Amino acid sequence: MLKWFGAGSFRHGVHPPEAKDATRDLPIRRLPFAPLLVVPLSQHLGRPSIPVVREGQQVVRGEPIARPDGFLSVAMHAPASGVVKAIGLAPGIAGRMLPAIYLKPLPGSTQEVVEGTPCPLDATPEQIVHAIQEAGVVGLGGAGFPTHAKLRPPEGGFIDTLIVNGVECEPYLTTDHRVMLEQREDIFTGLRFLLAATGAARAIIGVEENKPDAAAHLREGLPEKLPVSIEVLPVKYPQGAEKMLIEALLGRRVPPGGLPASVHALCVNVATTAEIGRLLPHGRGIQERVVTITGPAVRHKGNYHVPIGTPLHFLLETVGVEDDLSRVFLGGPMMGSAAPCLDVPITKGTSGVVAFTERESLTTQVVEHPCIRCGYCLDACPMFLDPSQLGLLAANERHQEMADRHHLMSCFECGACAYVCPSHIPLVQRFRVAKAALRKAKAS
Amino acid sequence: MDRNLVTGALAAVAALSGLTALLAGLLILAHRRLRVDEDPRIDAVDEMLPHANCGACGQPGCRPFAEALVAGTEQPAGCSVASPAEREHIAAFLGVGVGEAVKRVARLACAGGTHVAVERAHYAGAASCGAAAQVAGGGKGCFWGCLGLADCERACDFEAIRMDEHALPVVDEVLCTACGDCVDACPKDLFEVHPLDHRLWVACRSLEEGDGLLGDCEVGCTACGRCALDAPGLVTMQNTLPVVDYTQPHDERVAIERCPTGAIVWLDPETGPQRGVAAPVLRKGPRRGTPT
Repeated sequence: MLKWFGAGSFRHGVHPPEAKDATRDLPIRRLPFAPLLVVPLSQHLGRPSIPVVREGQQVVRGEPIARPDGFLSVAMHAPASGVVKAIGLAPGIAGRMLPAIYLKPLPGSTQEVVEGTPCPLDATPEQIVHAIQEAGVVGLGGAGFPTHAKLRPPEGGFIDTLIVNGVECEPYLTTDHRVMLEQREDIFTGLRFLLAATGAARAIIGVEENKPDAAAHLREGLPEKLPVSIEVLPVKYPQGAEKMLIEALLGRRVPPGGLPASVHALCVNVATTAEIGRLLPHGRGIQERVVTITGPAVRHKGNYHVPIGTPLHFLLETVGVEDDLSRVFLGGPMMGSAAPCLDVPITKGTSGVVAFTERESLTTQVVEHPCIRCGYCLDACPMFLDPSQLGLLAANERHQEMADRHHLMSCFECGACAYVCPSHIPLVQRFRVAKAALRKAKAS
Repeated sequence: MDRNLVTGALAAVAALSGLTALLAGLLILAHRRLRVDEDPRIDAVDEMLPHANCGACGQPGCRPFAEALVAGTEQPAGCSVASPAEREHIAAFLGVGVGEAVKRVARLACAGGTHVAVERAHYAGAASCGAAAQVAGGGKGCFWGCLGLADCERACDFEAIRMDEHALPVVDEVLCTACGDCVDACPKDLFEVHPLDHRLWVACRSLEEGDGLLGDCEVGCTACGRCALDAPGLVTMQNTLPVVDYTQPHDERVAIERCPTGAIVWLDPETGPQRGVAAPVLRKGPRRGTPT
């Protein structure tokens, strides 16, 4: 464990196999339009967007099809030129049916995107925040928090450092890696917008040292007069979590339950930054995103530009999957979610699709043993919690005690504890059950 | 003998004796001044109660219920665990009437067992509904339906719930004390505690509308609204589901007659749940969507 106490990183954490070799050197390719796209109205945290199209209406690629409902909500844009088939329920990642816009792309629909009102680089912070909301930008790392909602410093506070998260600590995923290599100018344009909107004096791009080419490529093209530095960090999971990254880069510790703004920092994903730089000068909105499609069950692994709303089954058919496809994860294998069915669409928060065959799934079916109090999980937990004690309390359903005395709510479910547990105790799953039970108790 | 030793020992004995007397005095004083007189009947009644501490009476446990009995704010019939003879015994002891209580039982608002409801994805994690519900809703085709992993069966202290062959919990109306533990245990909020004479029951919680849901579950409510048409006033449609107004007289089966799926049922005490004649016969045979 001592080697992890070195400078330039956070304390604790784990190092799972990276498994990025299959896709790290593959340039981003474009995926064709699916015969029917399903654009959920709730691809972000906050209130679902309100549709501004009706059934049967023809839309052009990039045209707004839904408007934000209040501040904590974003706009949606047509991922393809086509006809709105229906506005109804569609399966979401959480298994629940969610309202969505069904869009049927026209035959021969091109990749051309309609232009809107451009947002100039010298716009006021309020104008930039509004433009980012209208562009439908949410955190592309996976959380899906509306980006514009965190840009303005809280009342009486300030933000001095903007952190761009190019860590990509999840195994298998190479989305951010390819974005840094291929969309460098967009990242720097996006940074200018974000610096102007937040009023931060400087920006740091954090990159893990397993992506030396990305760091070198960014350094090479670093524009003059842009207060940006590129920091290379040791490879460790969950360094991509914003609290961990702030600690690794700035040595500041976000208090439990606090926001990064309380230590005058703001963390934005590198793909989100690139998207802002790509969209705002043209007044466009998000119609596609980069998705790493990989895993042992995928035949043509790679990084793809995938239109938002592409159903999972079309995506897997296009890249080809093995016959004994068994488990599909949206996002990475550590913090991603298992797909409830192959009808779920790719949303703005889907950074990767990792598919496994029956063979790999069998090896993960292990027997749970009692806790032997080895303490590995304590050394792994980046939030300095006691997962061992929490796990024992969870087994006895002492949920309130977990929250009151053992800071359950500080757990952000990175899975490091369950990963190292030699007894194969599904700790994170227990914690999620406990959190759900506490939410239910609070609601009633 | 050393003189100092003797005086030292005597001084120690004297000091300790003094301290003992002082503390004893304080204890006596505290006993006199701070004593709480408790009705001895509370202990006696507490002894007669079943000590299930289930909370079905509405009190936090058996002793608070005993206190309420002695105070006269509760009636012996409020305890749904005690046998009629035990209740009589308590009533006779306190010199009050047994009182009347409506027998209440837990009811499950889902009929989608494995024979009629599809599995969208196979869940392979920890065998508990609470854990499964956290993973993409549990993998069942219907997001609102019973996951069948028996959290309620484990939560029930009275062995009133058992899982049937279609992985649906069945509540034993005799054993159920209406304590509400299953209501809390179900992550999908499918249990409700109802008086036994509430025979008209909507066994579905799906918020989906139209025939689309029949692909997920054959006995789901499609929100066709026929029950509300046939029993106006008694049944109203609220958010794609019929809601029964139990304050109205509800001893007729007219509401279930034309239900096309059997989502609204009549819980007959002898023959079990009765479906309307319009509802198809339940499919027998292997469940759909099962990987072979």
